[in-house]
Amino acid sequence: MKPSFILNGRTVSFVKGQSILEAAEAANVPIPSLCHMKGASPTGNCGVCVVDMNGEEVLACSTPANEGIAVRTQTPAIVALRKERIKELLDSGNHNCAIGSSDNGDWANFQQNVQASDGATELCPAWGDCRLQELAYEYQVTGGGHQDYTVRQYPEKKDEPLIIRDYSRCIRCGRCVAACNEIQVNLAIDTGFLEEDPFSNPDKAYPVAKDNCVYCGECIQACPVGALVERKARYQFRPWKAEKIRTTCPYCGVGCQQMLHVVDGKIAKVTGVEEGAPNKGRLCVKGRFGYDFIYSDERLTNPLIRNNDGTFRDASWDEALDLVANKFKEAIDKYGPDSVAGVSCARSINEDSYQMMKLFRSVFKTNNIDHCART
Amino acid sequence: MTNSFGEFHKAKMFFVIGSNMTEAHPVASTFLKNAVQSGARLIVADPRAHKLVDFAELHLPLKVGSDIALLNGLMHVLIKEELYDKKFVQSCTVDFENLKAQAENYPPEKAAEITGIPAEKIVDAARRLASVKPVMLCYTLGITEHTCGKNNVMSVANLQMLLGNMGMECGGVNPLRGQNNVQGACDMGALPNVYCGYQAVTDPKAKEKFEKVWGVEGLSDKVGLMIPQMMDGLVDKKVRAFYIFGENLANTEPDIRKVEHELASAEFLVVQDIFRNETTRFAHVILPGCAWSENNGTFTNSERRVNRVRKASEPPGISKPNWWIFKQIAKRFGHEWESSTGQEIWDNEVSAFSPNFFGIRYNRIEGDGLQWPCTDECHPGTSFLHKEGKFTCGLGNFQSVEWTPPAEVECEEYPLVLSTGRRLYHYHTRTQTGRCEGLNDLLGEETADISLEDAENLGIEDKEYIKVKSRRGEVTVRARVTPEVPKGMVWMAFHFREGNANWLTNPAFDPVTLTAEYKACAVRIEKQ
Repeated sequence: MKPSFILNGRTVSFVKGQSILEAAEAANVPIPSLCHMKGASPTGNCGVCVVDMNGEEVLACSTPANEGIAVRTQTPAIVALRKERIKELLDSGNHNCAIGSSDNGDWANFQQNVQASDGATELCPAWGDCRLQELAYEYQVTGGGHQDYTVRQYPEKKDEPLIIRDYSRCIRCGRCVAACNEIQVNLAIDTGFLEEDPFSNPDKAYPVAKDNCVYCGECIQACPVGALVERKARYQFRPWKAEKIRTTCPYCGVGCQQMLHVVDGKIAKVTGVEEGAPNKGRLCVKGRFGYDFIYSDERLTNPLIRNNDGTFRDASWDEALDLVANKFKEAIDKYGPDSVAGVSCARSINEDSYQMMKLFRSVFKTNNIDHCART
Repeated sequence: MTNSFGEFHKAKMFFVIGSNMTEAHPVASTFLKNAVQSGARLIVADPRAHKLVDFAELHLPLKVGSDIALLNGLMHVLIKEELYDKKFVQSCTVDFENLKAQAENYPPEKAAEITGIPAEKIVDAARRLASVKPVMLCYTLGITEHTCGKNNVMSVANLQMLLGNMGMECGGVNPLRGQNNVQGACDMGALPNVYCGYQAVTDPKAKEKFEKVWGVEGLSDKVGLMIPQMMDGLVDKKVRAFYIFGENLANTEPDIRKVEHELASAEFLVVQDIFRNETTRFAHVILPGCAWSENNGTFTNSERRVNRVRKASEPPGISKPNWWIFKQIAKRFGHEWESSTGQEIWDNEVSAFSPNFFGIRYNRIEGDGLQWPCTDECHPGTSFLHKEGKFTCGLGNFQSVEWTPPAEVECEEYPLVLSTGRRLYHYHTRTQTGRCEGLNDLLGEETADISLEDAENLGIEDKEYIKVKSRRGEVTVRARVTPEVPKGMVWMAFHFREGNANWLTNPAFDPVTLTAEYKACAVRIEKQ
């Protein structure tokens, strides 16, 4: 018999070593959390996963499931505690999104002032893609306790490639720390950054060990709020406008599964497919940020034929393909099938390599087909 | 790979040889590092003290090209101290006596002399490898890109068979493939000796089968040319018409000047690609193909997993899917090919004609892909090969090999060894990554990585421009003075045209595989 416990009045089984949060999730009872990170040690930083265990308030992420316990996830007292915690997190920084129009007579002006302090003409870059915002709406918590939303606590850090850091929106959940140190194991983010008011000292305001950071962007994917954002995707789209298309990374041989966030037929952002094999949501710098080459102005757009002077001119497909076919026919007729040879592409899809192999073998009648596996 | 990435996080021990995983296969390395953080052990054999060494309990900094001496030395100790897996050797392998006789010639002292690793460290490493079972062995191009590349591969396989680490989860011989679909291009038969699914062109049955399914006659049963032979053929006119699809050979092949002479000699050259590059300069016709995410298809990763690749964007201008282009050429020869989508090509041809992929169909790989062998439509795929020590050929064949030095070794005029590879922030010749916003900011030019000792002896400062010269050419690049590189070595990549290591590399090849010796040639460095 599997060990079990009572969850919201129902008996559910668990695997030894699972936390209450993990066991509940496995039983399809999600417990909200902002800091829990699958595969990393629990920190309990956010406090949102608070539940009632045998009448006692405990954090579901760091309390192990045990035989015989009774857990309740949504009692009025627990919900009240959770709301309180969400409110604290909202008030801890620049989370202006959760201020309802009823809180402030001039909502539009207020938001515009906040945007001006961001140097932007848009709402928070994470608007619509923020776990804290989701929870604020779900639990009907409004913010407003922050000192002054139009005065930045900390300047945005924009001097790096690929990543923009905005600590005014950091809730110190520690997910980026776990992503960097426990998931990707790059050991680039200083855990000291979770201390009280870590950004007040300008020397410590940059918690990233530059030498170790390899710009994998795992921290951005882990960030539940708008503190860490992809530079290239920032303000480019809102998530409800994006179509999500799963695909495979075009770089090394690991074959990471990517989620392309596509807006108007263009890739706006790339994330890892959380449970996908083999990468389980992880990506590297090239997988996450190396997608925009396909939109380069330098792409070949037309078949080209070389002029006598070495320059190239545009040609139609028919003209270019006729020329290729005639030249290959000519060589085969004159010198035999083995006078032609081809190199296929180890970057392109299987179906392309198959077709090229088939062309050389079944049409040209030669086995002179290879690719760069040997080089 | 005989085994899978999914096994990394639970492996007990790794032996990584000739693989700078954190840069060349970054995500794979994260699972390895996770395992080490939860107690797995790691031995790294590599001339460089790259990042993974920080996680290793033992680093074996062997001299470039001395892998076989190290591996034979390890096997010498394992056999002499009777630490090998006798049961596996007895029941699953043949020719152990030959291996034993060969290993006999490599006592640790001799291995030490060749590899530069102290004898006691070799003994220690052998004992550590024998103390845990299984050990997962990973390698990359540090093993294959040598004139003895094939023998290097034999040698790592010998070690794993001797240790009985084959045919089980978290063991095996695991070459991490360098490119997203190099496994797939092999699987598809873009090789001179096999059709798709590794069916030999010399096998009359395979020939007959493909003549039937393709509806043609007279398929050639003669093994074709490999790339270096094709390149030679451009000069000696054995090859009159040459078709390059998606490879920038002018930057990626050893000895750029030689390669460019060969390409310039082509009577007729077609290049099908997504950008103009150094190779298209030599083309007579350039055909614009679709790039990644512009059509539907599949890639096969290192662990033999066939994954879907999906269309997200329209291709620019009138560029076309590559498979469409080949189909149109076939049509001009009177061949009408039926398949007209990626799915039709895979489901109706590749999978249907290849027993190993027969169970892999598009409708089964909508989510996670499937790993071949996958022989019927209910087959769950194969996460590790040679289960219970049963090899494709029956018994595992020990093929003992002798160490041979690189084709070009250091001398008075060229006293340093140049070794090459990939760096994290770029990919190959940067046709792609060079056009991605942000990546050039992270790495904007090539460097020659040299040791602190050599820098000090030659009075070279970090970031100073230096000249690197080989018998074939010279480049001017900034020095990157780093403790990663041992004394006597220069390490460079081939991402940038200026300062590309291939101006210097030696076009010497493994006699069987014709893989070039990118990992070793003799150079000297000079201050500007």
